Amino acid sequence: MDVMAIIRIAMRALARNKMRSGLTMLGIIIGVGAVIAMVGIGQGAQQQVQQQIAAMGSNILFVSSGTVNRGGMRMGWGATKTLVYDDMRAIMREAPAVRMAAPGSQTTAQVVFGNDNWSTNINGTEPQYLDIRNWPLQEGSNFTQNDVDMAANVAIVGETVRKNLFGATDSVGQTIRIKSLPFKVVGVLVPKGQSAAMGQDQDDTIIIPITTLQKKMTGDTWLRWIMVSADSKEASYAAQQQIEGLLRDRHRIRPGTDDDFFVRNLADIADLQDQASQVFTLLLAAIASVSLLVGGIGIMNIMLVSVTERTREIGIRMAIGATESDVQRQFLIEAVVLSLIGGGIGILFGLSSGFLISALLHWPVLISPLSIVVAAIFSAAVGIFFGFYPARKAARLDPIEALRYE
Amino acid sequence: MATFIEPGITDRPSFIAGESVIQIVDVHKTYEMGEQKVHALRGVSTEIRRSEFVAIMGASGSGKSTFMNILGCLDKPTSGHYLLEGTDVSELTKRDLAKIRNQKIGFVFQGFNLLSRTTALENTELPTLYAQLPKEERAKRAREALAMVGLADREDHFPSQLSGGQQQRVAIARALVNRPAILLADEPTGNLDSRTSVEIMDIFQKLNEERGITIVLVTHETDIAQFAKRNIIFRDGKIKTDTTVANRPRATEVLRTMPTVED
Repeated sequence: MDVMAIIRIAMRALARNKMRSGLTMLGIIIGVGAVIAMVGIGQGAQQQVQQQIAAMGSNILFVSSGTVNRGGMRMGWGATKTLVYDDMRAIMREAPAVRMAAPGSQTTAQVVFGNDNWSTNINGTEPQYLDIRNWPLQEGSNFTQNDVDMAANVAIVGETVRKNLFGATDSVGQTIRIKSLPFKVVGVLVPKGQSAAMGQDQDDTIIIPITTLQKKMTGDTWLRWIMVSADSKEASYAAQQQIEGLLRDRHRIRPGTDDDFFVRNLADIADLQDQASQVFTLLLAAIASVSLLVGGIGIMNIMLVSVTERTREIGIRMAIGATESDVQRQFLIEAVVLSLIGGGIGILFGLSSGFLISALLHWPVLISPLSIVVAAIFSAAVGIFFGFYPARKAARLDPIEALRYE
Repeated sequence: MATFIEPGITDRPSFIAGESVIQIVDVHKTYEMGEQKVHALRGVSTEIRRSEFVAIMGASGSGKSTFMNILGCLDKPTSGHYLLEGTDVSELTKRDLAKIRNQKIGFVFQGFNLLSRTTALENTELPTLYAQLPKEERAKRAREALAMVGLADREDHFPSQLSGGQQQRVAIARALVNRPAILLADEPTGNLDSRTSVEIMDIFQKLNEERGITIVLVTHETDIAQFAKRNIIFRDGKIKTDTTVANRPRATEVLRTMPTVED
């Protein structure tokens, strides 16, 4: 018996009870739609996290000065003064997995321009900092090594600072005052938004030459941090070990004592974030799958009712020569047609609700072709799985009993 | 018009037209209902030859339904042998039995048993679907069969648009479409008024005489049984009498004496 004929018979049988078939399909429609939309939301979130991490750079290591124990009082990160400029040079020289490094020191200060003022982080560093962080300028240019050597009063401002100080006026070329020192604004950073790892506003910053900060503002001679980039994400783990070994050596830390510095590998954070968003996606998919399962049970239920109702028809078909497998195939195909049509509508439903969610709630929704294919296969599988038992039941009917059934 | 002699017959030289289509040898059928055993058939032997027209009668519980189920390969005998065109059916698997029902047996039921919301043509085609015939052949055969029962002009009608007699004629067409060796009719006139009943018997007589189709029908109406050539009466699971009908009425003539009813 050819499949097209069976599919035609199945369609006719389903059309006979439009209301019932529609309601049964609704279970699958909602199930498949929910899976597609939920996985879309999960993958959208995952992609956003990955993009943020990529923007931050997953090959970056952040070395900061560590904690110190002063007579039983532990001072927290950044309290030691042992991380120095020479450490950075040594890292550049002796850690082979390191590509670039930039020293950093920082303070918080009130910044004034005209009648506006704003409190922000002032980071003192060297020009390669922006390369390490892969952070381009939207306007102006970076300060130079010469500015560092001269301890020039030049500043690069982040988008948040620019907005708060300048509003609509041009910022590059203007002079701002930081702790009553005049600084010429030479560049504006492109906005980076919140950092994926720390969740703070990365654009709320001003970057100036480290020498200017140390000599003219804080008087510090030690570093708060060193920003390091490794050759690749994979090399970052080696770089971490090399830096840790090197710094323990240079700071003469005996085995068994705590480090006086702290190395944070952004690749670790990236992995963690990535894992978290994967778990999130899985969780959403699992919850949505429950509704698909319920839809499948709905199919099974309706197919069982259908088999009972059509006992006589099954008897007729058997009497005129349908084999058990003919009958089984017929009911199985009916269940699969039901679930596939439901799945098809469910895919459209999932796509449109994904579109609505991203349009109305501004959530990132990413519906991949793979998830559509998987949903289609899954709905067919649901039909086969939940249609099997009713179909088997139909095939096992005794033709004599079935013909006598009223 | 195709003849209804099985093409396979030429492969079996021992089997000649007019020879036995059905041989039943000492068939018993016992149902077990819990502890109790019900003997539905207690040793039935008979033979039905090609182009015979047999009416089977008997009170309810006489075993005639069980006998029909066995003849129709819907059920297997507990013991004994049933040879259909020389093949011992009692040894076949369910799948093979389904094939035999499809190819060698045509069923006509009391309640017509047509599929609703399915046209006369599609209902007639149904057995050819399970016979894996190509599409064109299926439609061709179904039209031929409908023409044989005089319903060529009703092929697109649904059962609900047809009278009881017409529905039963569609059922007969469906039974004939695979050119079976035998037509089994289980109380085919049970749901019909007397004039329509005679019309159905008229069709049976014509199919039997003009085309040589072997017909076995179960009925409890003596006047319907009279249209057959041979009457077998069951009682207590055995054949009580087996007689040739003398002075068999012609359905065509009987119809002339009956008042016509508006269709």
